[in-house]
Amino acid sequence: MMGGGTASESAYRVLMSVLESRTGQTLSPNRIWRIEMSLKPVLQRHGIADLDALVAALVTANGRQLLDDTVDAMLNNETFFYREHSVFDDIAEKALEYLRVVNARQRQLTIWHCGVSTGQEAYSMAMLLAEQGERWAGWRVDVIGTDVSHHAISRARVGLYSQFEIQRGLPVQRMVRWFDQTEAGWLAKADLRRRVDFSVQNMLIDRPPLAAPADLIFCRNLLLYFAMPMRQKAFARLRAIAAPQSFLVLGAGETVLGQTDQFVASPRLRGLYEPADQQVRRPVAA
Amino acid sequence: MSKSCLVVDDSKVIRKVARHILESMAFAVDEAADGQEALRFCRANRPDVILLDWNMPVMSGMEFLGAFNDLDFGHDERPRVVFCTTENSIDHIRAAIEAGADEYVMKPFDRETLEGKLQLVGVA
Ligand SMILES: [Mg+2]
Repeated sequence: MMGGGTASESAYRVLMSVLESRTGQTLSPNRIWRIEMSLKPVLQRHGIADLDALVAALVTANGRQLLDDTVDAMLNNETFFYREHSVFDDIAEKALEYLRVVNARQRQLTIWHCGVSTGQEAYSMAMLLAEQGERWAGWRVDVIGTDVSHHAISRARVGLYSQFEIQRGLPVQRMVRWFDQTEAGWLAKADLRRRVDFSVQNMLIDRPPLAAPADLIFCRNLLLYFAMPMRQKAFARLRAIAAPQSFLVLGAGETVLGQTDQFVASPRLRGLYEPADQQVRRPVAA
Repeated sequence: MSKSCLVVDDSKVIRKVARHILESMAFAVDEAADGQEALRFCRANRPDVILLDWNMPVMSGMEFLGAFNDLDFGHDERPRVVFCTTENSIDHIRAAIEAGADEYVMKPFDRETLEGKLQLVGVA
């Protein structure tokens, strides 16, 4: 039995196809066994007995909320502040300086966090940029976070984090500067929240709400959930949104090698990627 | 060479848990049960990092930091200080940072949380 749980095999199949049709993501075998646990809170919230009953409700009812909740629960929303912080150090120094030179005329910097989940990564960049102060004086700096999960984006917008979340990766100096302690948790100050815009988007379909091509795209630990044809499509989407001279940031275990020819390893910055056509000098036709 | 950590806490259980986590991260671990013991240790040794409890008898974490800041480590870098607390108050955290702590971690902590904090202060 593929789920390893108590539901019928057809229930798992329906749930997987719901996830795939809504997000493009595929459940790997090691995540399938967790599906029942992930969906437990959804069952409780909607008063549904088990996965078979959930599938029946999904198929028969027109409950948009139930569908959103079900899809959200099957997504992996794991994220934290300054994840792989050496990447942020490199970006803070080298990548941003490169982009500052490249965009010196337009004085515009556009950063897109694709698959931003609950927002920590976008807030990490926003704090870093704000602390660079003078470097961006007179610039239009946009930090945009998108995710397919309604629940994650609404949390990101609120900017409220638990004690566990706030102490994951966030240096204490930044915590006391940019967050207020409230009864409910640690709340991003208005001055931080206004620096980031979040929206619900399916990156395979929707065009992110950017005012200009993206100079820096974060797409970390998302593409690994796409099966190969979808992954190639996703890379093509990222390439279509990326500025000619731009950087792509993937997760620590991710690469473009053998995945796409849209991006190549950056010759400037180890660990980052750049649109391929910036690198390949095609021979001039004779 | 492995890094070293001085665990300062009046609770034997906390010291044991911290030692277990730190040793699994290949740290050499020493222990002190209060600020005074810790100060004595730091006059003769230079750990890379100090995990410092706040509430302790004899000499509190805050009092320890006051004396610790006056210690002379010569050409060596001052040990980093991560203070541990159960008091989840931003004023409390601010006071500790102003007193010279580099990071904080809430008790009880797990390996991942502690490792993240040690990375933030550059010793993991
Ligand atoms: Mg104590």
